[in-house]
Amino acid sequence: MTALLAIENLGKRFGGLAAVQDLSFEVAEHEILGLIGPNGAGKSTLFNLINGVFKPDSGRVVFRGADITGMAPYLVARAGLARTHQIVQPLGAMSVRENCTVGACFGRENLPLAAARQIAEEVAVFVGLGDRLDVPASQLTVAGKKRLELARALSAQPTLLLLDEVLAGLNPTEVERMIAVIRRIRERGVTILMIEHLMQAIMSLSDRIVVLNTGQKLAEGSPSEVANDPAVIEAYLGDPELAAEFRGALA
Amino acid sequence: MIGLLASLVDGLLVGSVYGLAAMGISLIWGVMDVINLTHGAMIVAGMFSLYLMVEFLGVPAYVTLPPILIGGLIVGIALYWIAVHRMIGQPPLMSLLSTFAVNLVLIGLGTAQWGTVLFNVPVSLPGSSIGRYTFPGTHIAAALLTAAIAFLLYLFLFHTRPGKAVRAVSGNREAAELVGIPTTRVLALAFGLGVALACVSGMLIGTMFPFTVLSGDAYQLKSFVVTVLGGLGNPAGALIGGIAIGLFEGLTTPFMPVNWTLVFEFVLFVVALIAFPGGLLSLRLPRRAE
Amino acid sequence: MKAVEAKKPGLAAGGVLRRPFFWIMAAIVAAFAVAPSIGNDVELREDLLLAAVYITLASNINLILGYAGYVNFGSIVFFGLGGYFTVYFMSALGWNLVAASLIGGLAVSALAYAFGLGILRLRGAYFALATIGVNEAVQAFVTNFTPWGAGTGIYLSTELFLPLGGPAQALWVIYYALVGVMGLSLYLSYFIKISKFGLGLRAIGENEDAAAVLGVPTPRYKTMVYCVSAFLPAVAGGLYFFKGAFIQPIDAFDLNFSTEAIVTAMLGGQGTVLGPALGAYVYEQLRSWLLTSDTFANFQLVISGALLLVIVLFAPGGLMGWLYRRWPGLRKVLE
Repeated sequence: MTALLAIENLGKRFGGLAAVQDLSFEVAEHEILGLIGPNGAGKSTLFNLINGVFKPDSGRVVFRGADITGMAPYLVARAGLARTHQIVQPLGAMSVRENCTVGACFGRENLPLAAARQIAEEVAVFVGLGDRLDVPASQLTVAGKKRLELARALSAQPTLLLLDEVLAGLNPTEVERMIAVIRRIRERGVTILMIEHLMQAIMSLSDRIVVLNTGQKLAEGSPSEVANDPAVIEAYLGDPELAAEFRGALA
Repeated sequence: MIGLLASLVDGLLVGSVYGLAAMGISLIWGVMDVINLTHGAMIVAGMFSLYLMVEFLGVPAYVTLPPILIGGLIVGIALYWIAVHRMIGQPPLMSLLSTFAVNLVLIGLGTAQWGTVLFNVPVSLPGSSIGRYTFPGTHIAAALLTAAIAFLLYLFLFHTRPGKAVRAVSGNREAAELVGIPTTRVLALAFGLGVALACVSGMLIGTMFPFTVLSGDAYQLKSFVVTVLGGLGNPAGALIGGIAIGLFEGLTTPFMPVNWTLVFEFVLFVVALIAFPGGLLSLRLPRRAE
Repeated sequence: MKAVEAKKPGLAAGGVLRRPFFWIMAAIVAAFAVAPSIGNDVELREDLLLAAVYITLASNINLILGYAGYVNFGSIVFFGLGGYFTVYFMSALGWNLVAASLIGGLAVSALAYAFGLGILRLRGAYFALATIGVNEAVQAFVTNFTPWGAGTGIYLSTELFLPLGGPAQALWVIYYALVGVMGLSLYLSYFIKISKFGLGLRAIGENEDAAAVLGVPTPRYKTMVYCVSAFLPAVAGGLYFFKGAFIQPIDAFDLNFSTEAIVTAMLGGQGTVLGPALGAYVYEQLRSWLLTSDTFANFQLVISGALLLVIVLFAPGGLMGWLYRRWPGLRKVLE
């Protein structure tokens, strides 16, 4: 399968800290690629590098064959790459409907307002916010805001969706629901690159996993390959709870 | 050539007072991310306090400094509670507008009371002469007092508990709270200090130049230019920036009508905002780990 | 804030003509045009003329302030420059009023584009301060610029009123023109608000970075709204100063005037179409009353400031915010 997104030798330093170092991997079309690693491994920085919030010091980001390295975020979105944020960023005073309409209007299709509104409504319903379409975003629950973040990104009808810890802060029931939604998104043909800390969730969702540690790629492969990789286990043994989760996820 | 040098020295003297005024803005901006648009009114308050005390209470000019400093502190704390407290944590636009509103009220009251009449506080102080050039005594005194106050501010911020609390809050407000620092009181104190600096700089300017109720605007703008040049939230930078502006004025006023200097200052202001968001100093200092 | 019923007809296929608000604005414009005309009421005309100017300024600053969330303290620079261009074109180049004011408006929009290149990359308070810097720099420049009369300004000879039918008639023509500009400002605000452009602007106002990640072309939209918000105030400035037959820097670039624009837009309810108009009208009436009253003549600024403070502290939604809370049904009808 052709690589939808290719990260080539990407590097970024902040002062003395190398947040991302010589990182390379690919995301194939229609796959769900999970990105895991201890805190501070550089995962969110990587997302920021991909969608243009930060400019890398070295390396390239190639999306659908085109070099998008350092391109302005709105141009990246226009190219068909949407992303959610770890700390949700709802457009508070606007309703769920309006939030999604923004995504639909300015995303890949660059739709006019009327068409965008329809897509927005469809996506909101798909994600499970159909009963709260006209509620101002600031009044949603945490789970609602996470769904909105997802719905908004999806409204842009992206080819590639970057999910940054969409499951964080949700209770087990909400996690189950969100996992189901993510699976349905992939069924619709969207490729997904997701950062997640919930081991069981990401292990079961992902086709492949990339493990980051201190800004570098530690391992890459299928979930079971990665879970059995001694280097990965060692990296996580520094974090005993995660190591336990690993063993639990394998069982 | 000597004339130019004399002009530059005078610019340095006067510029240091601009720096003092700018320190007031810079301190508040740095500590609580609020742009104090009552700054101009507070400078005018300092000027008029000087005038009223000298004219009606017969107090010698420089003796007014301590009461003006303390008065400024008190007024500043009051202003914090009236217009700023509720705006902390809200978008900067809101505190901008609220302090702007208070400024309108104060200047409005001032013009209602005193109109746009020019006031002058005659201060006779022997100057220092070198050859044909005299440096006004008031300018020298103002620069010396500025240095003294700047030094006191440094002592306060680095060698007293409240001062260190101010620096802690400006670095990371949440962390400071977690450590048990009463951040709201610290913010009020910092605001009071910023206003006190404005009032004192107004008083010193009042000893050097005539003024009206509307003079505050011009000095407020100068303070912003200086603050931006020196780097926001960097009082030392503000002082240096003030001297830089003073030198710039000393350099240009002999050669062009006063009005053009203003144009250059404002253009410089906008350019500095765009090109040096960290202030001129940020260009020279090596990067430090945050 | 309660949820908003979002099912209103859109821009397509004359749907906007079915929205009552379209006709409410038309009624306002008609009222302005007709009221003083009946009985040739010159005093009312002058009062409404000033109101129309205030409404124009408030509506246009609302585009960048209420929609995109950028405070343009120095917006008066457009009004003043428009005045200067128009007066100059008419007195020195002999153009007629229509050409002079329209070309003047375009010239100012072009200048706005140039200013924008520099300052629109700044955020929040930096941008606000920079707009003051721009206004002051332009004022200082014009004060030294001899072709435009430098500090003394430009006087217009009354001969220039002859093509309009003489001074008395000209004042009516200018009034109707200003009412037209006011109406255009209201419709502009409305059409932007219900358009994709307006949605993008509001997203920028809510969270500019999130908007950019969502694909809103923030640099282009900010530039567009800045230039657009310059045009009608510039034309209004041209008409206003032509009427007074005199322009000088301290009047043309009076920061108090743009402050009042901000105050009135917020008073009425920034981010709405009707709000700034309502706020501007109420404020102008208050101000006129204050000026004629002996006790309060000097307190105009104090009142502005006090009003602004109260709004910012306690009622950021302004009059419209209060109206919507009181009668939520109004949201379906008004913008």
